[in-house]
Amino acid sequence: MSLPAIIESIIFAADAALSLDRLCEMLPEYERGDIKTALTELAEFHEGRGGGFGLVEVAGGWQFRTHPVLQEYVVRHIKAKTAKFSQSALETLAIIAYRQPLTRAEVEHLRGVDCGGVLKSLLEKKLVKILGKKDIPGRPLIYGTSKEFLEVFGLKDLKSLPTLREIQALDETPQFERQEELPLEPDQAPPVDSSLLFDDPE
Amino acid sequence: MNPAREENPTLLDGFRDGYSVHLDKFDGPLDLLLHLIRKNEVDICDIPIADITRQYLDYIKLMKVLNLDVAGDFLLMASTLLHIKSRMLLPPDDEEESEEEEGDPRAELVRRLLEYQQYKEAGMVIGARALLGREVFTRACPDPALSAARTEEGPLEVSLFELVDAFRALLARIPKESFHDVAPGDSLNIADCINEILSLLQDRDTLQFDELIKDELTSERVIVTFLALLELCRLKLIRIFQNGEYGAIWFIPAVAPEQAGSAGEAVQSPV
Repeated sequence: MSLPAIIESIIFAADAALSLDRLCEMLPEYERGDIKTALTELAEFHEGRGGGFGLVEVAGGWQFRTHPVLQEYVVRHIKAKTAKFSQSALETLAIIAYRQPLTRAEVEHLRGVDCGGVLKSLLEKKLVKILGKKDIPGRPLIYGTSKEFLEVFGLKDLKSLPTLREIQALDETPQFERQEELPLEPDQAPPVDSSLLFDDPE
Repeated sequence: MNPAREENPTLLDGFRDGYSVHLDKFDGPLDLLLHLIRKNEVDICDIPIADITRQYLDYIKLMKVLNLDVAGDFLLMASTLLHIKSRMLLPPDDEEESEEEEGDPRAELVRRLLEYQQYKEAGMVIGARALLGREVFTRACPDPALSAARTEEGPLEVSLFELVDAFRALLARIPKESFHDVAPGDSLNIADCINEILSLLQDRDTLQFDELIKDELTSERVIVTFLALLELCRLKLIRIFQNGEYGAIWFIPAVAPEQAGSAGEAVQSPV
């Protein structure tokens, strides 16, 4: 069997996204580079096929996901379990995603309004997590986004969030509705300094 | 003619005339200010403070008329606006100017507004994405929380928060009348309970939280059991697992059975 077929079968049968590392671990007889290429080929194959689902990279793992335009048909069988987020929840998430790690007081300063309730519900939904305590008087908690945040919003990593400058250029007409527009293969993205990988995405 | 109406024709007009006003929900004072700036089509860097402040205060009045809660944050911004306006009216203080101010008292507000606008738009961009469990579905686990929590393999480990939740759910299940029981001396202590759990775990690999207290559903028993479990966790003698979200909570020994036995005897002293 060809490597793409092998990988496809593993990802199809898995119940959660599988990372490249995990795939390499499972397939010691293949080169990491080959596995990476096969993943890209698979993703391109599924995209070009125009089918009901595709292979996407989310939160550092690969997973089959249905195409968002087919939502209305999928929900005839499967109940949608995620509610639309309120504007305040999205604002708070955006601030945390772009500025993490930060404290509740910093979020509130940026939004100019109390964020206790919003933050609590984001914590309960596990989209935001407590990263630790800040070493300033009062030792306030510091928050950051979780892996679940990337999964729910279909993001490969924090760097795949549009930069604030790009958002300003868009000016109120968001065009990031289709996750297929994300670069699916890290190599295709413009070269980045690996030391910046875990930095602020801004 | 109603003087109030003459003063603020824009916002209260519709309301006073008795037809319903479309009242946008604002997420905070900065959101409201941005809305007013956009509505008036003014340059964000050159805000006509007097106009905007008047409309801002009108809106707060409207919120009060409609019996909406006016959060303190809105009032704080109102006072900030008034403060800015008064500083713009006053001749610049020579000493103060030489020390710090770059001139425009609006600068700080403008900076905050621009920054807020950026995140508001970022929020909209993020919100426009297809959400897992809403627009997009995965094959096996449609519940994002569940699939996310499921790691490579095996049951998921439980946080203290969930353990406390389970404990509270149990306490709620205890029959009301048993609250008035007179405690029969110190019949239960944590060390005994720990040894009990450990001996149960010697025979079996797993133990369910509910099983531990099913014979004796009193608040005293539940609390002592819970404290014993916490102590066992602290001593790293057991590990706690949950089958799935809202699933049963299980305990497994963290060490091999023979070690657990000897460690169990040692427990008595620290408790």
